[in-house]
Amino acid sequence: MTAAVTTPRGARPKNPFAPRNIMLYGALIIFSIYYLLPLYVMLVTSLKDMAEIRVGNIFSPPVEITFQPWVKAWSEACTGINCDGLSRGFGNSVRILIPSLILSVSVAALTGYVLACWRFRGSEVFFGILLLGAFIPYQVLLYPLVIILREMGLFGSLWGLVLVHTVFAMPINVLLFRNYFVALPEELFKAARVDGAGFWGIFFRIVIPMSLPIFVVSGIIQVTGIWNDFLFGVVYTRPENYPMTVQLNNIVNSVQGVKEYNVNMAATMLTGLVPLAVYFFSGRLFVRGIAAGAVKG
Amino acid sequence: MTNSIEIKDLKLSFGAVTVLEDLNLEVGQGEFLVLLGSSGCGKSTLLNCIAGLLDVTDGEIHIQGQNVTWEEPSRRGIGMVFQSYALYPQMTVEGNLTFGLKNARVPKDEIAKRIARAAEVLQIEPLLKRKPGALSGGQRQRVAIGRALVRDVDVFLFDEPLSNLDAKLRADLRVEIKRLHQTLKNTMIYVTHDQVEAMTLADRIAIMRGGQIMQLAHPSEIYNRPVNKYVAGFIGSPAMNFMEGQLDGGAQRFDTGRGLEFSVQGYEFVGPPTTGPVWLGLRPEHVQSGKWAEDQPVQMEALVDMVEPMGSDTQVWAKVNGQELRFRMDGQEAVDIGDRIPIGFDPARLSLFDKSTENRL
Repeated sequence: MTAAVTTPRGARPKNPFAPRNIMLYGALIIFSIYYLLPLYVMLVTSLKDMAEIRVGNIFSPPVEITFQPWVKAWSEACTGINCDGLSRGFGNSVRILIPSLILSVSVAALTGYVLACWRFRGSEVFFGILLLGAFIPYQVLLYPLVIILREMGLFGSLWGLVLVHTVFAMPINVLLFRNYFVALPEELFKAARVDGAGFWGIFFRIVIPMSLPIFVVSGIIQVTGIWNDFLFGVVYTRPENYPMTVQLNNIVNSVQGVKEYNVNMAATMLTGLVPLAVYFFSGRLFVRGIAAGAVKG
Repeated sequence: MTNSIEIKDLKLSFGAVTVLEDLNLEVGQGEFLVLLGSSGCGKSTLLNCIAGLLDVTDGEIHIQGQNVTWEEPSRRGIGMVFQSYALYPQMTVEGNLTFGLKNARVPKDEIAKRIARAAEVLQIEPLLKRKPGALSGGQRQRVAIGRALVRDVDVFLFDEPLSNLDAKLRADLRVEIKRLHQTLKNTMIYVTHDQVEAMTLADRIAIMRGGQIMQLAHPSEIYNRPVNKYVAGFIGSPAMNFMEGQLDGGAQRFDTGRGLEFSVQGYEFVGPPTTGPVWLGLRPEHVQSGKWAEDQPVQMEALVDMVEPMGSDTQVWAKVNGQELRFRMDGQEAVDIGDRIPIGFDPARLSLFDKSTENRL
């Protein structure tokens, strides 16, 4: 055979300005602006002083950048009788978040493990009942839980709130873990049993190392859920234990004095920082977690 | 010598569904027993019961003289190899091999000794630091066998270990398992649906159907003297020819009633010859054709319907007086559709089954 012309016929089909691309990116850009605009307004407002805000150009960047509203929101804003800003709420939220997160994720993982790998008579019914819990409105349970916590002597304390968070995390997180564990190959459990691993041995040595992605997913759901919670925080704790969200509400919705829009904006952004950071950093971890678990037998 | 494994009146049911019933089985020391059957026959279930991965409903299981009916799998003195390898993906090969030993708190130097030996026997030394994800299918199955090997047990259980491998690897590993058995001389129970594996590996084959053992015998016995029509049809490829007809016990003649009639003189009856409707089974490879048909006791003429040449031999689908018959010819013989060729066979190689009970006559 002779050397033929081997270049492909026709042009390479790549045109960044094809109508399709213009439509696609145009829509994406418009929606991005739509969602980012409030954030922009919050950011610029929080960097202005009150005099500048009163002029009324909410979209214009600050003439003179000041961080005073942020400082005030963090450490000086008054809620009730305390005037130490959001820092108190932040501390409370962290003290609520960490035990709630650890407790809810580990209890949910363990429950999911039992329901997936150590079926007992009626375990499916149990799982069904647990799932039903996801459909019960929180409002219905609010007052009964107050009584339960009071009887347990936990009402108003941080641990009471931790318990509430753990209980309410169960349906969705158990569902997540159980369904993930069910998909793990059954023969692995058999092999581990032949190898002499027991209930905990299989859980810690076989199941958990293979399930990093679902732990990350559950962790994200719990961190954002617990951090953003307002209802349980305001119902089950006393003012000295209020989480950041409740305190934010008290700062922003205070009826006396001047409305300090810049402080409110700064306080709101400070409160939103933690979930934002979780999404920002866990994205990478999430992908890595999936890749690490992707060993097919 | 006591039996390696004894199963007494084993019963297993899931609620109302009974999977195994009144199953009795004895496996000798160092025996290679294959449990063979189509899917759903209970063979894997039986193996899981022996391993202790399923709790039996009734009956007893003894391994090496110990009643282990309610014993934990890890304390039964068994090693098990699974179809999907079931290697722990997050551990290295070495981690996989040592996992069971660490759980059993075997001393470190002993672990090292056993790993070295298993790695040598299975030739997986270069793979010890790798993770299962970086191994090929054959290597993974080798590691899985190694995991059973390091446990230093008396009984090996294989649950369709070669089913996930391609044809060539399967043949290679089959030979290796046989060699392993000859080296180690352990008792092995091997579950498969592949009759080639069963015939080549087994000391004895147990053919299972519907949770019951139909026949438990040496491979050649199963091949030559199947106890019923199911076993006869299950073993052998291509499958046995079956003809429906009437047997005259006195004259020892068989008649299809549709124009084909011949003598079965020479057939070894299990009991006294009977008269009545029967199934007659004839293996395709026991039919001789062409000039080799001449010295056969029974001879007839076949009309060739279809030909499947396979090189080494040729499968012929033919009609004999209206009766479908498949047989095997030498691959070098010329044969064409529409040919009429003489065929013959020896009644001693036939199988006769009662029409109603389907048991061997």
